[in-house]
Amino acid sequence: MKVLYFAWVRERIGLPREDIETNAATVAELVTELRAREERYDLAFSDMDVVRVALDQELSELGASLVGVREVAFFPPVTGG
Amino acid sequence: MSVSVQLEDFDVGAEITALSAGRTDIGAVVTFTGLVRSTAGGQDISDMELEHYPGMTEKSLAKIEAEASTRWSLQASRIIHRYGKLLPGAKIVMVATASPHRGDAFESAEFIMDYLKSRAPFWKKEGTAGGGKWVDARDADEEALDRWD
Repeated sequence: MKVLYFAWVRERIGLPREDIETNAATVAELVTELRAREERYDLAFSDMDVVRVALDQELSELGASLVGVREVAFFPPVTGG
Repeated sequence: MSVSVQLEDFDVGAEITALSAGRTDIGAVVTFTGLVRSTAGGQDISDMELEHYPGMTEKSLAKIEAEASTRWSLQASRIIHRYGKLLPGAKIVMVATASPHRGDAFESAEFIMDYLKSRAPFWKKEGTAGGGKWVDARDADEEALDRWD
């Protein structure tokens, strides 16, 4: 599964994208798995109220299923315009 | 209906001309242009870095544009959003809507901007004397969507 990070989430984790092998069934499980990896992930995901997620380029939720998902992206609330 | 996400600057006048070229049925064109300010929250801004999510950005803008055209009588529309490093005074975004009468053009342009601000995956980082600072999302932007429900 392709995992992408943007803005300060990218900066805290220290890379824009990576391929991850996971059995996580939901976004929340994937976040728990990533946080357990290393401190930089733990720091990036310490306050999930300010992290948004997109599944295959559609805004989604923490509780969403990862079944069939190819691309997950984590980022802060958007600030364009 | 068309969407561009680009590094380059754009010409608002040329965009309006292109939108209505060869047509005589359009009665109103409304444009909104967003610019980089030199101050934010009392702090001087030296530049603004805009990051986006290639692929999802274009899709989300096209979706917002399509939604606007189901709600209003739109004859044409155009969204341009820049990314990369922009200096104060630079254009960031333009929305143009064309309709037979002004009401639909005004309202749909506001609708597109409101949704763009809360749904399109762009992030701004302001350059300040103390270094780069990611702009926080404003609750008011999210609340602005309520009026379109």
